[in-house]
Amino acid sequence: MKYLGIESQRPKIGVFDFTGCEGCQLQLANKEETLAAFLSCIDVVCFREISSASGEGFTIALVEGAISREDEVERIRWIREQAEVLVALGSCACFGGVNRLKNDFDLDEANREVYGDQPKPTLPVRAINEVVPVDLEIPGCPVSKAEVERVVQHLIWEVPFRFPAYPVCLECKQRYTVCVFEMGELCLGPITRAGCDAPCPAAGLGCWGCRGPAQETNFEEFLSVARERGFSEDEIVDRLAFFGGFRGIA
Amino acid sequence: MLFRCLSKEGFRDLVEMTLETIEVVGPKEIGRDKDDNPIHHYLPVSNPDELDFDYATTEYSAKTYFLPFQENLSTYRFDEDDWTQDIRYRIQPRAIIGLHACDINGLLKLDKVFARDFFPSPYYISRRENTFIVGIDHEPCEGGFCRSLGTDTVTHGFDLFLTDLGDRYFVAIGSDRGFGALQKVHAREITDEDTHDYLTERQRLAGLFQAEVPVHDLGTLLDIEFTSEVWEKWGRKCMSCGSCAMVCPTCYCYGVMEKVSMDFERGVKQRQAYSCNLVDFAEVAGGHNFRPDSTTRLKYRYYHQHRGFVEIYDEPKCVGCNRCGRTCLAGISPVEVITDLQMDEQT
Ligand code: SF4
Ligand code: SF4
Ligand code: SF4
Ligand code: SF4
Ligand code: SF4
Repeated sequence: MKYLGIESQRPKIGVFDFTGCEGCQLQLANKEETLAAFLSCIDVVCFREISSASGEGFTIALVEGAISREDEVERIRWIREQAEVLVALGSCACFGGVNRLKNDFDLDEANREVYGDQPKPTLPVRAINEVVPVDLEIPGCPVSKAEVERVVQHLIWEVPFRFPAYPVCLECKQRYTVCVFEMGELCLGPITRAGCDAPCPAAGLGCWGCRGPAQETNFEEFLSVARERGFSEDEIVDRLAFFGGFRGIA
Repeated sequence: MLFRCLSKEGFRDLVEMTLETIEVVGPKEIGRDKDDNPIHHYLPVSNPDELDFDYATTEYSAKTYFLPFQENLSTYRFDEDDWTQDIRYRIQPRAIIGLHACDINGLLKLDKVFARDFFPSPYYISRRENTFIVGIDHEPCEGGFCRSLGTDTVTHGFDLFLTDLGDRYFVAIGSDRGFGALQKVHAREITDEDTHDYLTERQRLAGLFQAEVPVHDLGTLLDIEFTSEVWEKWGRKCMSCGSCAMVCPTCYCYGVMEKVSMDFERGVKQRQAYSCNLVDFAEVAGGHNFRPDSTTRLKYRYYHQHRGFVEIYDEPKCVGCNRCGRTCLAGISPVEVITDLQMDEQT
């Protein structure tokens, strides 16, 4: 495949999953209209969802999921050693994701609650970057395939790519959504990084912050906006904790 | 100006006739907010009954029918070592019926930038010229301050402008196109009674519009107050979300980006609306940001509206619709910011 007369090196890509729902991996196999083109410019050497190929020798590792077991720690270290570029894929990999809610409970108690009298070995949930260095993070629950495509184009041909610096509100306005605050709903849009095209407010749900904080967040003002509209501390804290993207800020 | 009188049925016929050939856009109720107030958008309608002329305001201005939030400027196709470019302007005609004076004044300001300045935009001009505009008189919306800016009335920039006289419309004709449309529905010459009723209604409406905030000498005031604490006060609240510029009928800033298709055979150059309140608005090559603080960014938004634009075009780039103030979750509204500046200057 050529771009502006230059033949590409099909980079070898490995896709790996850790603690998560496999939704982000599934996104990779999504968007049928461009799937063939997507797969023809990369060489997938390891990907359970769409190929039986498995092997080493990948230069780019796309990693889904958070780290929550000792064996996962070892596996992510091995991947880090093999990969030239390690990309964290999705909110679980970037922030710990919904899994991180577990950290608010006593670990043994949580284990018993879920697995009864057959407890599993477990660790407090960590994002990939809390265990090994990460080169690039694509947040989202799940990731947007369009964004993944642009990141892959960037990695192969250095096509310029930047995540939006601004918050979700801008994209929300650009699709003419009526602000959910006007409907009495809470929304993390003003502090969450855009790039998803604001589907949740459009569906009337408000943003849950799956993409983590925007480049700059006015957290103080956001809190007073939410409080003034009668949302309780618990509601606000729960919302901020949901995907783990706001730890350190919230 | 030329005037005609049109019965309500005649107006209905006009809308129906227009609908037969082109898209008709107008104020449409799309739902209610948590306090049960109606919410209106300018949207395509399929029959005259969907047009709700009792609307107070819309959350979004009509500017995006002329400057869409996203627009493809050109598309490319790559072939081996060559490439071809395809540029398309939107030429399908459309009618927008029921715009208030402020929004037509907003278009007149955009005209100055995109149709008459050094770099006229064919994208804008083709949309503007192919849009039939019908304005309508109305009672003031809550929180608007158009009267202060002289944008509560409008003398051109439309094809027709309606004043509701109960059983009929008093119609100002703003173009030959408007004149032709009225002929098709047999609008009649105006009588002394029509004129009398029109003047009475105009006077009633004019009495309802009050100047909310004095804006003469605002440019000078802004210079005097350049280092005012007022910018700190409001700027610290700003969440740099850009919502204000998106809903504003006159904000036109944009970014341009290029995207390549996944098969690397096609590319597209896209324009996307942007806002001077966004954190990287003034970031340049090398990563230097000329306006890293929300306080400076907010200040320069007001500077563009009420000083920079005035210097070039002799009028502010604001029609006082207060859409920005209503949409801002942080409660930043022009009337309050300007009033604060004026009080600051007096102390
Ligand atoms: S719904 Fe949420 S994202 Fe949309 S404008 Fe309101 S606060 Fe912003
Ligand atoms: S609107 Fe918020 S929760 Fe929904 S996809 Fe976007 S960032 Fe995630
Ligand atoms: S003034 Fe309000 S709407 Fe505008 S960017 Fe700031 S917070 Fe957003
Ligand atoms: S700045 Fe605010 S009040 Fe002025 S035209 Fe824009 S949205 Fe309306
Ligand atoms: S600089 Fe700011 S105020 Fe001026 S047009 Fe752009 S977004 Fe609007």
